[in-house]
Amino acid sequence: MDWKSLLLMRYELGLLAIILLLIIFEIFSSKKQKENLISFAIILFAIHTLVGFLPLDKGELFGGMFNTNALLHFFKGTLNVGVLILLLQSADWLKETVVKQNKATEFIMLLFSSLLGMYFMISSGDFLMFYIGLELATLPVAALVAYETSKRISAEAGVKFILSSALASGTAIFGISLLYATTGSIYFDIMAEVLTISNLSVLGFIFFFMGLAFKISLVPFHFWTADVYQGAPISVASYLSVISKGAAVMILMIILFTVMQPLFPVWTKIIYMVAIATMFIGNLFALRQQNMKRFLAFSSVAQAGFILLGFLSNDQLGTATIVFFVAVYIFSNLGAFGVVQAISTASNKENIDDYEGLYRTNPKLSLLMMLALFSLAGIPPLAGFFGKFFLYAAAASKGYYVMVFIAVVNATISLYYYLIVVRAMFLRKNENAIPYFKSKPYMRLGLIIAAGGILIAGLYSPLYNYIFSISSSF
Amino acid sequence: MDILSLFVIVPVLTVLVLVITKNLKQARLVSLVGMTVQFIMSINLIFAYLKERAISTDIMVFTKDVVWYETFNIHYNIGVDAISVVMIALTSTVVLAGIFISWKIADLPKEFFISLLVLSSGVFGFFISLDLFTMFLFFEIAVIPMYLLIGIWGSGPKENSAMKLTLMLMAASAVLSVGIFGIYFNSNADGGALTFNILEIAQVNIPLAAQNLFFPFLFIGFAVLGALFPFHTWSPSGHASAPTAVSMLHAGVLMKLGGYGVFRVAMYLLPLGALNWSNFFLVLATIGVIYGAFGAIMQKDLKYINAYASVSHLGLVLFALLMINKTAWNGAIIQSLSHGLLTALFFALIGMVYGRTHTREISKLGGLMKVLPFIGAVYVITGLAYLGLPGFSGFVAEMNIFVGAFQHPDMFRRILTVIVVSSIVVTAVYILRMLGKIMMGPIINDEFKNLTKAAWYEKTGLILLMIPVVAIGVMPFWLSEMLKESIEPFLERLL
Repeated sequence: MDWKSLLLMRYELGLLAIILLLIIFEIFSSKKQKENLISFAIILFAIHTLVGFLPLDKGELFGGMFNTNALLHFFKGTLNVGVLILLLQSADWLKETVVKQNKATEFIMLLFSSLLGMYFMISSGDFLMFYIGLELATLPVAALVAYETSKRISAEAGVKFILSSALASGTAIFGISLLYATTGSIYFDIMAEVLTISNLSVLGFIFFFMGLAFKISLVPFHFWTADVYQGAPISVASYLSVISKGAAVMILMIILFTVMQPLFPVWTKIIYMVAIATMFIGNLFALRQQNMKRFLAFSSVAQAGFILLGFLSNDQLGTATIVFFVAVYIFSNLGAFGVVQAISTASNKENIDDYEGLYRTNPKLSLLMMLALFSLAGIPPLAGFFGKFFLYAAAASKGYYVMVFIAVVNATISLYYYLIVVRAMFLRKNENAIPYFKSKPYMRLGLIIAAGGILIAGLYSPLYNYIFSISSSF
Repeated sequence: MDILSLFVIVPVLTVLVLVITKNLKQARLVSLVGMTVQFIMSINLIFAYLKERAISTDIMVFTKDVVWYETFNIHYNIGVDAISVVMIALTSTVVLAGIFISWKIADLPKEFFISLLVLSSGVFGFFISLDLFTMFLFFEIAVIPMYLLIGIWGSGPKENSAMKLTLMLMAASAVLSVGIFGIYFNSNADGGALTFNILEIAQVNIPLAAQNLFFPFLFIGFAVLGALFPFHTWSPSGHASAPTAVSMLHAGVLMKLGGYGVFRVAMYLLPLGALNWSNFFLVLATIGVIYGAFGAIMQKDLKYINAYASVSHLGLVLFALLMINKTAWNGAIIQSLSHGLLTALFFALIGMVYGRTHTREISKLGGLMKVLPFIGAVYVITGLAYLGLPGFSGFVAEMNIFVGAFQHPDMFRRILTVIVVSSIVVTAVYILRMLGKIMMGPIINDEFKNLTKAAWYEKTGLILLMIPVVAIGVMPFWLSEMLKESIEPFLERLL
């Protein structure tokens, strides 16, 4: 094997190098220097993100276990941008609490390890690599969820997450083993050729799908979501809702659109029903939430339901709209989570009631929160509008007008609860509103990048056109 | 820069400048300058259009086409005909008047003007769009600022009204989007490429089944904004809670998007669907006209009277559009203009009365003519124009509508027309009763004797709106002549 071909794994190797560098830094730095660790990690990761966007060849390694192409390349870059925003937004929280407990390196290493797992997961060419990636992506997050060990709710969330994840992984691998039993292979290419509709293969698919549905928190596998988000540190909750969900959607799409193509008549019905259930349950439960993290948890459940619309088209259009929506969703959701994080770090408040009168004390944060929520709701000219409209178009292109109708009804329901937050911030007056505070530079940068994405990603059409052009590459 | 895109760019630039303003004085000055430019541009557009029309036979003039999303065939495609030109002129007049009326807005002035201008940029964008996607985009941009405008600066149960209005209108736009997809994915019926371009889709024979299926989506999606019965319930509470300038803009301009969309998109692109569904929606429109008129009789609050009257008068627009003939359509467009100006006048006047007397209840008002002669006189003129007195725009509009409606020989439409015509009487009842009670008679409250007279900015706003009302009333043929050529290509699709 030519060593140069290893460069196809540039993302993975780069991130691994960063993790190793952080370990070295941790070992050889004095206690005082450790405060610089966060900046060090952010700078390294920013370089990694920028380098990631350099062109990369299409190819495969290890006999097809690992493959990469333009779409995966782009998607990994998008995940990187998301994690970078997330790091910037959580830098202050890390400095103020985690560094003091001397656990900052571990936090970042776990985060990066999980991201590494996602790289492997979406690049996988067979189910073994997929499974390893899935586990590597999940297990570190369980530790991250329970990171605030002093809080009981955080520990509880950690246990909930690890148990449901273990169950999900177990279900997924059981499904994979059934699929192996019917095809005699775990390689995606070969399975796509020999897979046929039979009771066993359908059963295998359903178990496999359940496993991934846990990760994407599709109804009825969403029960862990709200509790875990509420208990976890905000940066971990936003990681779960954005990066982890995005990567799981990506690999589900790759597997459905390639390996499971023979089962198309089966999975299209399952996706159809799950999408309806996910949108309705997510939206209806979000209506009555008081805690911002739980609120965003159910909102992200509902958003996952919208993403499923893209699956129904089962072609290049579907791929492009899903990837575009995930990219837009990363910006929108990180905008919202970023504001929650900023307010929580400054005043320790996380309830919607606490946000009353926020516009009069912190206009910029409120404005960004409104933009992020409107983008999630799909209001033009923000990016979310384009994302949702294109997903609807993907479903409508195959004649699923009823589905589109259900989705737009749900978009209206979702607008109601997004407006509840806007109402608290803008309409209500409050003597005890959260007082004015100035965000730290890292946080500000993180919020500005998210806001830029929300404003530009839709209006600037070359982004979508590029995604569409590379969407035929697998 | 082309002449039409400026109509979106000027409000957006004004908003950007507004962001850096510090106080009410700066904010209103910046908005005034921006919207005066917009107003002059719209007057200029009328003459430029007439000049262009003389040498061009295209349906749309000043067109410009820029590819936006290539894979979906979404274009930024703009152009105007006479109908959009007069709608743009109406919008810029009402917005400018709205700025004058909001001269003394106290709370968060900068944000108020920003929201108002974002809303108006959506309306302008909607009227110049020839692409369904961009049209839909501007439609939603025009709706969403209403939430903040009513919620922050409104009165009464403003939070509920704002939420109800926003959700109902966004639900309507959601329904509309299904219809748009229905058209888009059938726009290749003749073998061409999928397109959002209105003029191109008009050349395609969309299958009858699809037309029948998607027409109601498009019609209802737009007509909710035009207060179609039974989807009008957002309108009275929304208008009653909204601040003055917002009521003006909303009833005067935003609700016109509904009729315009029905005309330009639903009926033009799905003609067979329109013919098949017209009887059903005619009944709804008729109910709306009558229901709105009787609703207005029952109200005690001035704003509610005007809100229900709007339901009635906009029902008339939909009614005329569904009658599908040239005279009725001419009337529908003039009615849109006339109602836009008159209802804006009414809301402005109600705002002035309320600002001075702090009540909008008819029973607590009386004899205002003696203390507020200018406002009183304009109020009476507006009222008379509203109920269709010859010499004002209302008469021209209603005359055209009824003459057009009676041209249909079949019994069903005749009966509906007779029912609708009777609404004129009801209109006269509530308008005259209101005028008599609040303007004439003795001054029932001694405090009213000290009311301040109309300030210069209030007078300017009112006169600005009054001029076109009289102009249309006196010279209707000039307007009809201009509209005629633009109505014909649309009518041909339906005959």
